[in-house]
Amino acid sequence: MDQPARPTRQRRSGRIGKAGLALVVLGILFLSPALLAQDWVKTGTSLGVEKVRLAVSDFKPSTTDPQNTALLKTFNDTLWNDLDVSGVVELVSKSFYPLQTPGQPPEVNFLAWNAPPPNAAMLAFGNLGAVANGRLTVQGWLYDVKNIQSPQILGKQYGDAASDAAARVMAHKFADEIILRLGGGIAGIAESQIYFVSDRTGHKEVWAMDYDGSNQHQITRLGSIALSPRISPDGSRIAFSALTKTGWEIMMYSLDLNRLVSFPHMGGTNLSPAWSGDGTKLAFSSSRGGDPEIYVADASGGNLHRMTTAKGPDVSPVWNRKTNAQIAFVSGRTGLPQIYAMEADGTNQQRMTDQGYAVSPNWSPNGQFLTLAWVRKYGPGEPGSSDIYLMDIASKQWVQLTHDGGRNDFPSWSPDGRHIVFQSNRSGSLEIWSMLADGTKVQQLTFSGRNTQPNWSWK
Amino acid sequence: MRSLLLAVALGTLFGLAACGGKKPLPPPPPPPPAPPAPTASISVSPSSIQAGQSASLTWQTTNATDVSIDGIGAVQANGSQNVSPTDSTTYHLVAKGAGGTQEATARLTVTQPPPPPPPPAPTVTDEDLFNQNIKDVYFDYDKSDIRADQQASLQADVAFLNQHATFSFTIEGHCDERGSTEYNLALGDQRASAVKNALTAAGISASRIKTISYGKEKPFCNESNEACWQQNRRGHFVFQK
Repeated sequence: MDQPARPTRQRRSGRIGKAGLALVVLGILFLSPALLAQDWVKTGTSLGVEKVRLAVSDFKPSTTDPQNTALLKTFNDTLWNDLDVSGVVELVSKSFYPLQTPGQPPEVNFLAWNAPPPNAAMLAFGNLGAVANGRLTVQGWLYDVKNIQSPQILGKQYGDAASDAAARVMAHKFADEIILRLGGGIAGIAESQIYFVSDRTGHKEVWAMDYDGSNQHQITRLGSIALSPRISPDGSRIAFSALTKTGWEIMMYSLDLNRLVSFPHMGGTNLSPAWSGDGTKLAFSSSRGGDPEIYVADASGGNLHRMTTAKGPDVSPVWNRKTNAQIAFVSGRTGLPQIYAMEADGTNQQRMTDQGYAVSPNWSPNGQFLTLAWVRKYGPGEPGSSDIYLMDIASKQWVQLTHDGGRNDFPSWSPDGRHIVFQSNRSGSLEIWSMLADGTKVQQLTFSGRNTQPNWSWK
Repeated sequence: MRSLLLAVALGTLFGLAACGGKKPLPPPPPPPPAPPAPTASISVSPSSIQAGQSASLTWQTTNATDVSIDGIGAVQANGSQNVSPTDSTTYHLVAKGAGGTQEATARLTVTQPPPPPPPPAPTVTDEDLFNQNIKDVYFDYDKSDIRADQQASLQADVAFLNQHATFSFTIEGHCDERGSTEYNLALGDQRASAVKNALTAAGISASRIKTISYGKEKPFCNESNEACWQQNRRGHFVFQK
C-alpha cells in the first residue's frame, strides 16, 4: 500500500500507491489545470478546482405571516445542505457573518462580507414570505461581493402554494441555479431522485426519495420481493426485478401512470435490468437458456439477444451511458465474481478487476469511470470489508473511496458525476448513504427499515 | 356472690339426695305392643346419567334399626348420597327392624358417553412422505457444482423419486449472506439448475422439476458463522401440490 507509484501517461493496470493516490484522486476527480498537463485523466466535474468561498445568509421573512418561521427553517436548511454537499463551493461558516444580514439588495453591506473574517467571494441572500391567500413567494440573489459596481450574478423569484414541500423545492431550484453558475456550467442535482429498495413495510418494495433523503415514499405494492430498481433516462419508468408466481421476472412501473405496465415474461431467473443511455434498450441477466447470461432487449422487451455464453453467473450489467457502446457486468466464470466489460454487441469481453470479489458496476455519466463494490482481499483469514471503488476504464487504475468498514455495495452515480449513492451497513443496519465522488461529504439518507440498491435518476 | 353460689350448690345437692330417697315403686310394665313393621323407600335422581356424571341417591326408612344399601354398606335411616357408577346399577335398600324387614330398589341407568371423535387418521400424506425422505443438497461457497459428499443424498433422492413417479417438486437455490444480492440470485439459480441437471441425468423427468432462486432472500439460518452459512448454501426440495 505504501509503495509510491506515481501515475504516468503510460496506461498501467493495478493498485495506486499512497503517494500516487492523492495525485490520482486529483487527476481523476479534480479539474486541475496544473495536473492536466502531465496527468492522464480528468472528470470534467469541477470537483477540485479552487472552490469559491460562498456565504449563504439565512433568508429573511418578507411578510408577517405566522407560517414564515417554519417555512424559513425548511428553506434555509435545504438551501444550506444543497450547497454544502454540492462539492463546488466552500461555504463560509455562519459564525463569521456580520450581525446585520440582508434580505434585499439595498441591505447588502459589501465590506462586511468581502473582507475578513467572512472573506466571501460570493453571497447568497434573499427573503421568503407567505401571504394570507396561501401563496408563498421567495426572492433570492447571488452577489459577487468583490465586484461592488456590478455585483448581481443571479436574481430569482419563485412562487407556489405555501407548504413545506414547496419551500423545499424552491430551495432546491435556487441551489441548482447557484451550482450551475459556480460549478463550471454543470447542472445541479438538488431536484434529482433516488430510487431504492426498502423492507419497511415487511416486504421489499421499490421506494423513491429526494436526493437529500427527504420525501421518502413507496412506489410498488407487490407484497413479494422487488429488487434492483433502475430509473429510465427520461425518468418516466422504473425497470426492476420481482419474484412472481413463475419466478424472477423483469417488471416495468410507469411513474406517469402510477402503475405497472406490461413487460414480457422471459422464463428462468431474470435479474438486474439496466437502461441504455438513450432509453431504447434494456440489458439484464436471464437464465432462460439454462445459465445466467447477459441479454439485451428493446425497452419493450422485444428483440431479445444473448450477449454472453460463458459458464458461470453473468449478472448486473450496466451501459456506458454516454456512448451506449459498451456494457460492464459481473461474471463468476473464473470463480469469485469479477467485473468485465464488453462491446454492446457482446464482443471483446475483457476482465477489469484482478482479484477479490468485485460486483455492482455503475458507469459514470461522462463514460470514463466505473464505480464498483469490491472486497479486494477475500477468503479465510482475510476479513476484508466490501468498499466502494472507482476505476478508470481505459487504464484499469482504481481508487478506494470508502474506508469506514462494513459492507458497502450498489454504488450509483449522480447525474452531475460529482456524487455517488450507495448502501452500507456501517451504522449497524443496511441504509443508504451518499458521498462526493472523492469519498468526502458522506451523509446517511435513510433511517427506517433496511434500505438497499439505490439508483440515482439521470437528471 | 361466692357464698350465694355455694348455697345454691349445696341446696341442689341436698335436694337431690332427698328426692332419691323418696322414689316411688315403678308400675308393672305393660305388655309390649307388637313392634311396627319398618318402611323403606329409595330413589335416584336423575335416573339416567352418562358415565362420569353423578346422580343423587335418596332414601327414607322408618322403624328400622339396621339399614344398608348393597354396594354402599350400612347407612343412616334417612339420607342421601351422590353416586357416580361407571355402569348401570340397582341400588338395593334393606331396612331391618324389630317389626321385620323391608326392601326397596332404585335403578340408575348409566349410558356410555359418545366416543370422542376419532383422532385424525395417522395417514401419511404424499407431502409428508416427500419431506421425510428427500434430502437437500449442500454446496461450497461461491460454487454450484455438486460436491462428492452430496452424491449419496442425490442417489437417495433419485431412488425415492423413481418410486414415486407422480411427485412433482420445486428445487430452490439458496445462498449464504455474504456477497451481493444480484450475484447471489444468479448463483442460487445455478445451484437449483445443478441439482435439476443431476436428477435429469439420473433419469428423473424434467417435467416434474421446477427451479427457483432465492439467492440470500430467504435464509434458513440467520447467524454470521460458517455452520449457518453452510445451512443456507443449498438446493432445497419443496413438494409441489
